[in-house]
Amino acid sequence: MGGRAGRVLLRVATGITLAFMYIPLFLVVIYAFSDKGTSAWPPTSLSLKWVELAIANTGLRDAFLTSIVVALGATLIALVLGSLAALAVARHRFFGRELVSFVVIFPIALPGIVTGMALSTTFATTGLPLGVLAIVIGHATFCIVLVYNNVIARLRRTAASQEEASADLGADSWQTFRYITFPAIRSAMLAGALLAFALSFDEVIVTIFVAGGVKTLPIWIFQSFRLANQVALVNVAGMVAILLSVIPVYLATRLTRDAGAVGRT
Amino acid sequence: MTAASGPAPATSSGAPDSVRRRLAAALHRRPRLRLGLLLAGPGGWLVLAYLGSLVILFLNAGWSRDPFTGLVKRDFTFNNFVELFTNPLYRTVTLRTVGMAVAVTVTCALLAFPIAYYMARQASPRVRGLLVVAILMPLWSSYLIKAYSWRQILSGDGVLNWALSPLGLHGPGLNEVGLWLVMTYLWLPYMILPVYAGLERIPSSLLEASADLGGRGLMTFRRVTLPLVFPALVAGSIFTFSLTLGDYIAPSLITTTQFIGNVILANFGVPNLPLAAALSIIPLVVVTIYLLVARRLGAFEAL
Repeated sequence: MGGRAGRVLLRVATGITLAFMYIPLFLVVIYAFSDKGTSAWPPTSLSLKWVELAIANTGLRDAFLTSIVVALGATLIALVLGSLAALAVARHRFFGRELVSFVVIFPIALPGIVTGMALSTTFATTGLPLGVLAIVIGHATFCIVLVYNNVIARLRRTAASQEEASADLGADSWQTFRYITFPAIRSAMLAGALLAFALSFDEVIVTIFVAGGVKTLPIWIFQSFRLANQVALVNVAGMVAILLSVIPVYLATRLTRDAGAVGRT
Repeated sequence: MTAASGPAPATSSGAPDSVRRRLAAALHRRPRLRLGLLLAGPGGWLVLAYLGSLVILFLNAGWSRDPFTGLVKRDFTFNNFVELFTNPLYRTVTLRTVGMAVAVTVTCALLAFPIAYYMARQASPRVRGLLVVAILMPLWSSYLIKAYSWRQILSGDGVLNWALSPLGLHGPGLNEVGLWLVMTYLWLPYMILPVYAGLERIPSSLLEASADLGGRGLMTFRRVTLPLVFPALVAGSIFTFSLTLGDYIAPSLITTTQFIGNVILANFGVPNLPLAAALSIIPLVVVTIYLLVARRLGAFEAL
């Protein structure tokens, strides 16, 4: 789009879009410190009382710890399975290779409610119990793609000739993996793991269907929406939830410097 | 990370080591076996945990709930599917949800274009990098809290009405129009990133060639840029469409209107699990059709 006016207009549009994306996030932080504890605007003064109440709230604390455990479990499974799938697809030619990429993406491309219903009917039908393990299984399923995409992007940029050279020099498969392949993909694996953690930590659509009575942080927040006296605590919990998903993602972008790999597919 | 960090392989000659070497050698000679071992874990997981549960979902959709005992009867019939087609409530809800998904997708595409264009064509590489991070942050930060923040913004005594009242205006409030705004907000980053990537892939030489041949700004945009970026636009729309279709939390926070997700959740569990299963076949089918169309339009290469 040529012309000086066009350039200025584009710049203004960019600024407005960014403001649109960030204002609601900043408002959560302000609400967390607002003394009113309701959605009424503007707050009359700032206070730390909701933060103190949130820290003292055992239900909130338990939910937070459950979310950490779930996210770590799901991340670990996704890390192993996603990396294995990426190594298989990037370094081998086989029938159904395209299908693997498709099946890996499927759980995240379908609406979360379909995944949630599918998993919960499966647990109900087979009689397996809902709860933390069920949540971990659900989250791991759609987190695989995050590790897979990061690792496969890295493998495609790393020449297979290095691995061939290693084999020519007498290294066996394990040594080649340990001294050549793994160092090359290590940071991509970590980036994928960070994203998987962030996604699992604030997933709620699927979680509600498989949680049974277990409360993760998002479920605690979701259930607190209906309780008028917990509105202010929700904003504090929300601030924590935002930080705990944004920090891993920021680290992941530093690790990959490859924007494409940090998108959700 | 002290002794193990060096590149020199450990040369201890124990029995386990030679077993490991023999195994490694065997794997090296049999690439098929190696491939099988690599794929067994992820393949088994996705087939069992995911595709398997989709099959069970479909089976459940054909079962029924005995109104007297409350137990699920495991005889497959098409009664639930007939109910979906004949009950006008489900048709209305489905059309409403798809309509919302289309409206949100179109709005996201319109809003995503200027910022993506600025990033890809005008910003310096440094600013471009910063903007990519600036768009990733809201994309990844807690969905639930973003929706909740909007509920507070749109509420009667919220920020929006406070900011608009000096102008004599007021915000859309907590209704379908508000939901359209909120969902556009929620899924916008999913559209910006692929459109940006698509615009960035267009070689400048093509745009220059168009200009050399007399194509003015708008002409070049319509005849060169837009067709080339279209697959990326479709790629982004997969997310905005699919995420809107499957959402039940934002609708319940912002409106009292029923969308398909709300109806599924209302039947989930004790009320009527088989009907909920049948209902969730609707978004499954709609999104699968959307994915097949998107694939034909070349969106998968732009992902």
